Amino acid sequence: MVNSDRKWSPRVSETVRHRSCLASYRLFGDKEARILVLGLDNAGKTTILYRLQVGEVVATIPTVGFNVETVQYNNIKFQVWDLGGQTSIRPYWRCYFPNTQAVIYVVDSSDTDRMGTAKEEFHAILEEEELKDAVVLIYANKQDLPGALDDASVTEALNLHKIKNRQWAIFKTSAVKGEGLFEGLDWLSDTLKSRGR
Amino acid sequence: MAQLPPVKIKDDDREDDSDLSPFFGIEKGAVLQEARVFNEPQLDARRCAQVITKLLYLLNQGETFTKMEATEVFFAVTKLFQSKDIGLRRMVYLIIKEISPSADEVIIVTSSLMKDMNSRTDLYRANAIRVLCRITDGGLLGQIERYLKQAVVDKNPVVSSAALVSGFHLLQSNPDIVKRWSNEVQEAVQSKASLVQFHALALLHQIRQNDRLAVSKLVTSLTRGAVRSPLAQCLLIRYTCQVIEETSGNAQAGDRPFYDYLEGCLRHKAEMVIYEAAKAITEMTGVTSRELTPAITVLQLFLSSSKPVLRFAAVRTLNKVAMTHPAAVMNCNIDMESLISDQNRSIATLAITTLLKTGNESSVDRLMKQITNFMSDIADEFKIVVVEAIRSLCLKFPQKYRVLMNFLSNILREEGGFDYKMAIVDSILILIREIPEAKESGLSHLCEFIEDCEFTYLSTQILHLLGNEGPKTADPSKYIRYIYNRVVLENATVRASAVSALAKFGAAVESLQPRILVLIRRCLYDNDDEVRDRATLYYNYLKKGGEEQKHLFDGLDVPLVNMEQSLQSYEASERRFDISAVSRETKHQPMLEKKTPASKKAAKEATQKGIANGHLTTSASDAYEKLLNSIPEFAGFGKLFKSSPLVELTEAETEYAVNCVKHIYPEYVVLQFNCTNTIKEQLLEDVSVVVDTSEAEEFDQVASRKLGSMPYGAPGQAFVAFQKPEGVLSVGKFSNILKFRVKEVDPNTGDCEDEGYDDEYQLEDLEVTAADYILKTVITNFRGAWEAIDAENEKVDEYVIGVRESLQEAVQAVTTILGMQPCEGTESVPSNARSHTCLLSGQFIGGAQVLVRLQFGIDAQKQVAMKLTVRSDDPSVCDQVHEIIGSA
Repeated sequence: MVNSDRKWSPRVSETVRHRSCLASYRLFGDKEARILVLGLDNAGKTTILYRLQVGEVVATIPTVGFNVETVQYNNIKFQVWDLGGQTSIRPYWRCYFPNTQAVIYVVDSSDTDRMGTAKEEFHAILEEEELKDAVVLIYANKQDLPGALDDASVTEALNLHKIKNRQWAIFKTSAVKGEGLFEGLDWLSDTLKSRGR
Repeated sequence: MAQLPPVKIKDDDREDDSDLSPFFGIEKGAVLQEARVFNEPQLDARRCAQVITKLLYLLNQGETFTKMEATEVFFAVTKLFQSKDIGLRRMVYLIIKEISPSADEVIIVTSSLMKDMNSRTDLYRANAIRVLCRITDGGLLGQIERYLKQAVVDKNPVVSSAALVSGFHLLQSNPDIVKRWSNEVQEAVQSKASLVQFHALALLHQIRQNDRLAVSKLVTSLTRGAVRSPLAQCLLIRYTCQVIEETSGNAQAGDRPFYDYLEGCLRHKAEMVIYEAAKAITEMTGVTSRELTPAITVLQLFLSSSKPVLRFAAVRTLNKVAMTHPAAVMNCNIDMESLISDQNRSIATLAITTLLKTGNESSVDRLMKQITNFMSDIADEFKIVVVEAIRSLCLKFPQKYRVLMNFLSNILREEGGFDYKMAIVDSILILIREIPEAKESGLSHLCEFIEDCEFTYLSTQILHLLGNEGPKTADPSKYIRYIYNRVVLENATVRASAVSALAKFGAAVESLQPRILVLIRRCLYDNDDEVRDRATLYYNYLKKGGEEQKHLFDGLDVPLVNMEQSLQSYEASERRFDISAVSRETKHQPMLEKKTPASKKAAKEATQKGIANGHLTTSASDAYEKLLNSIPEFAGFGKLFKSSPLVELTEAETEYAVNCVKHIYPEYVVLQFNCTNTIKEQLLEDVSVVVDTSEAEEFDQVASRKLGSMPYGAPGQAFVAFQKPEGVLSVGKFSNILKFRVKEVDPNTGDCEDEGYDDEYQLEDLEVTAADYILKTVITNFRGAWEAIDAENEKVDEYVIGVRESLQEAVQAVTTILGMQPCEGTESVPSNARSHTCLLSGQFIGGAQVLVRLQFGIDAQKQVAMKLTVRSDDPSVCDQVHEIIGSA
């Protein structure tokens, strides 16, 4: 389910062009992009990061702080920052907002109890001035678990339709099975490439 | 944000600017600006590393960052974890350790560090461990403990060492966790890597340090071999010494355990091990000369080593040995003499001072000749060391005072700073005091010195001494010229001292008086107030002559602090200031601030002591006097002689807290009971203390004063007064019972029941001892005061005190029994001293001054004997002091 924002204003795209950091071309044509992976604790952020980077499921412990790795995909070098989701760490997310081209917001689709909290944190991120030009990719993760909400329900629960002035997309994923992750990344690289042009 | 540039290091070697750091003079503000490169999307690793270096440089120079600056830099630095540059990562580790933001913020790097801790790059593993342990708290430590334990036995020595050193730091905050690593640490002790072995041994010892048996086992097993690293070997030698120290108590006779090991270390390959062993042997308590010989032999070899550090180490150790075993060091004298010309002045100084200690009387002249050549090219601080050595040499060989005094006066005339000059003057002063023959020549040297002395402090000190000592010499008149020259040539402070000194001559030497008066009259119009005032005062006194004159020059017999306080509270009025009203009681200076709280217990004791002392201040004793005079029953008792410190009569935190102050009058003793009711639900009425005097026969109760009512928390006083024979130091034991009527109180409403019931409460016994009749008084010159009392009035006797742990304990016990003031710091006994002299001064009830000299000796069985010499103007007081000791 892909949704391009029709009201995307040309004024924004102009400012975008001036920002050298947005998607800089290197000498050999490779693009680089800085991505933040955010979401509540136990959403699966770290598992997703390493599934993308090394292609396998690694054992993880709750992230106290952050992990940063480079993921090469579709001729784009993604510098992926996976920030810990515990409440003690969330206040420091903002320290890593500047110069971010995209946010991947990971939701534990089976954790229906905390869907409200997930929504609040998500909309708080959208409000951030420093992230106003970032595109947003939502992973409705843990689809392999019984009782997981599907993408439509997550869209509903997170109030995604209220998003204005921003390109966004939501994908059903299962990090342990490796499903949906690269589809999302495809969308992300296409979107970033089209913006960089 | 203008910052002062760091103070330039003043060092002769660093004169040329090329040696300065390339970062010299950088500013914090600019560097913080530069630190923004950390946030750039394309990192320039080289540049980032350089900015971190600058930040570290600033921190190192003592620059501080505000919390906000630190936080900003810290978060910017965390972004550098994206770089794979090994050099940059290393700088990141360093700056995280140094910048140390708040605890909540620093957790943000935890995950990254944990990843690095398991990295394949050795450098990452080692450094990440160090940083993690620095920032970690107990909770996180549990999570990473497993990795740390593993790292202790890591193949890579750098990683292993990092884990061990971290363990050392963690042991302070989380001892339980580190103690669980014992097996791994023990394995690391066997490591082939020298550094790992060193760190592992240090940690293992630290873990076991409180378990003497375990340390002893550790030492026993390791001294059999297996320690290869020289550093570890040095540690082992130190631990061995501890074990020797702790076990030597029980095994006096026979061979010292582990001595063979230490002696074996003297033949080790590594010089540091040889030196450590030699030093250890020289420092053993009660080392015999047989044990000492091999150590001295290797140190002697080091004296002619080509390495300055070895020569220095050896000569420094020998210098210390020379204090206790001069004979053992004599063999090295020839080597030592060649060191006087050593290029390194520290070595030369130590060599000289050692020679001064070991030399015999015949070699003094030769040595002095060598030293004179040598003095001109060493720094002041070394010269001071030499001066001090000369001083003790002179005290050792008083016959040689002429040579040594000449030497001192020669160097006094040379260039030098204040500390150096003061050391020389002090030495001369001491020699004048200790060696009577040296007095005249010493004084004339000092006279010459003040003719050209740039230090006001020293000039005044010398003038004061001239005033005291000059009149007693054979030809007092020769000093007048020197002193009067000061009046003409010097600043106001020195002029004032000179006037005082002149006046003393005038008062003491009848024949000089007319001439002195002429000189002092010339000072009457000095343009400085102090000089003028002094001149006027002395002039008038000298003209009057007689008793007042004596009074002026004998100095005050009251403690200056008390005098100062009395003067401050004195208001100008018709009533004249009465010096006899100033308390003569010496106060303990509350040492509270100076004491570092070594332990909680000590701190608590200090506080209690502080409180007790607080009640002794003049204002308090004045308050006592006022309080007592306001009570009609006691008003006729006469002048209060002394109020004792508080004596607690109840345990802490009991229902009723009672303490007592003993007020001593010539014929009466008043006991003041301070009572506090600590029970909320009770009101006490008719509170009195019933005192049983069956063990205090000389005391007759003459009055008792009840306390009407005592509500919760409000302290009150009850009194009991006794008559006792005048002039007798009546002692006795009083048993006390607190009697009162209890009324129940509702703590919420404050209502009180009408009827109560009588109750009583047993208090602890109170003793009136001889010390209660003696005031502590301070005298500045014990010797002077001692000689001022007729030797006829001296009583000497010897006592056996019995077995004591140390002389210090004996000194303390006797001082407490007498309740007198120790003088000139003689209350502290140097450790291991076999004999000691302690000087006490006090004032007996009735006003007689009493001085006591205690000479203690202790033998091998810790039997202490004491010779007690007492002098007092009142011979009966001397007998009383002996009686006090005899019956104690």
